[in-house]
Amino acid sequence: MSSFRETPSQTAGPYVHIGLIPRQAGFAIYERELGNVLVSPTTRGERIRIEGRVLDGIGAPARDALVELWQANADGRYAHPADKQESKAQDLQFRGFGRAGTHFETGLFVFETIKPGPVAGRAGQPPMAPHVNLWLVARGINLGLATRMYFADEEAANARDPVLALVEPMRRPTLIARREDRAEGPAYVFDIRLQGEAETVFFDV
Amino acid sequence: MALDDEFLQRDLSQHPPALTPGYRSSVLRAPRAPLLSLDATLSEVTGPVFRADELGPLDHDLIRNYAHGGEPIGERIIVHGRVMDENGRGVPHTLLEVWQANAGGRYRHVNDRYLAPVDPNFGGCGRCLTDETGAYVFRTVKPGAYPFRNQINSWRPAHIHFSLFGSGLAQRLITQMYFEGDPLIRNDAIAGTIPDASAVDRLVARLDMNAAVPLDCLAYRFDIVLRGRRQTLFENKLQGA
Repeated sequence: MSSFRETPSQTAGPYVHIGLIPRQAGFAIYERELGNVLVSPTTRGERIRIEGRVLDGIGAPARDALVELWQANADGRYAHPADKQESKAQDLQFRGFGRAGTHFETGLFVFETIKPGPVAGRAGQPPMAPHVNLWLVARGINLGLATRMYFADEEAANARDPVLALVEPMRRPTLIARREDRAEGPAYVFDIRLQGEAETVFFDV
Repeated sequence: MALDDEFLQRDLSQHPPALTPGYRSSVLRAPRAPLLSLDATLSEVTGPVFRADELGPLDHDLIRNYAHGGEPIGERIIVHGRVMDENGRGVPHTLLEVWQANAGGRYRHVNDRYLAPVDPNFGGCGRCLTDETGAYVFRTVKPGAYPFRNQINSWRPAHIHFSLFGSGLAQRLITQMYFEGDPLIRNDAIAGTIPDASAVDRLVARLDMNAAVPLDCLAYRFDIVLRGRRQTLFENKLQGA
């Protein structure tokens, strides 16, 4: 039995940038700020860009949101002691975490990262298709929203993914990013719809 | 992945629902479909690990970490407490980040246009790792109340925003800490998003005279509870009995 109750959540509010990405708030204070570039020159894996917008119930972009990204490395292993997939190599040059504010004018969030490998599923389940975990807070969001982004060019793996299998087929496309091959490299575009038609699937994790 | 890595189901009665019309910003940003429950996988029981050497020596001291030739105006306070899980175990070495308005209720943020002045010596953010017992401490000035455009005369009580990671993504939490005795709490639209009054009360830091520094600063205590890991009785206890 648990003896303490979880501290209640409160909205991160419109000024979340001050605390978590102060340069976007307009000032530099930390020597090392957690940012939206997850890769260093020696990180293993295919360089990709992830970008998208967070859209509200009337389709307006939320320009004051913060998106966090957590992902496995190119082999599909997380940089965390609970990941004991010993057959996959660790990558000491890749933490797998980033955060990005949506742009104050365009509403766009951007990550520079690598494409993750497939990760083992729960015991007895097939492996999970490559995906990144996203967590979203903003003014008007009372409890952070968790979702996943899968990759459109992983059709076969997505078809076997045990989490996508739980999702009503009509809503699965809300979790799959579109690939665009650009001069600078591949980009995956993923809009998050908070409400209404084509609302993104959010998870109680 | 071991069963012990899994977290207890979140008790949603302790949190605000997504749609809270009294807090108007929630109306167009609240998902309408129910959340989809997910059995924990490696993606949720893991989360980022941060090291002490990534932080600067003044990151937890908001009185000094943005001082430009002086100290910030305001009531000097220490805020301290313990980060634990629902089983009462301390959460060690986890990243805790805070942000707040200055003593006049103004944020150092390009989008804050409240008429109270920016304080040249106050940034308004800080961060630290909890120690091996889950304890944390930082020093700051008490933030001021300020108006926000919910209704035209809506005011936020003095508060400090807290962001916590825990040891796995499922423990991630952002919340706000209020101050004991603040009369603005009871009419606040944002504190009011939490349906359970006793849950709101757990966001209110207590004056802690034992931690005050005589002739220097007052202190407030704020303990934070993150989700607990499952305790698998069969594996952990009965087996060895």
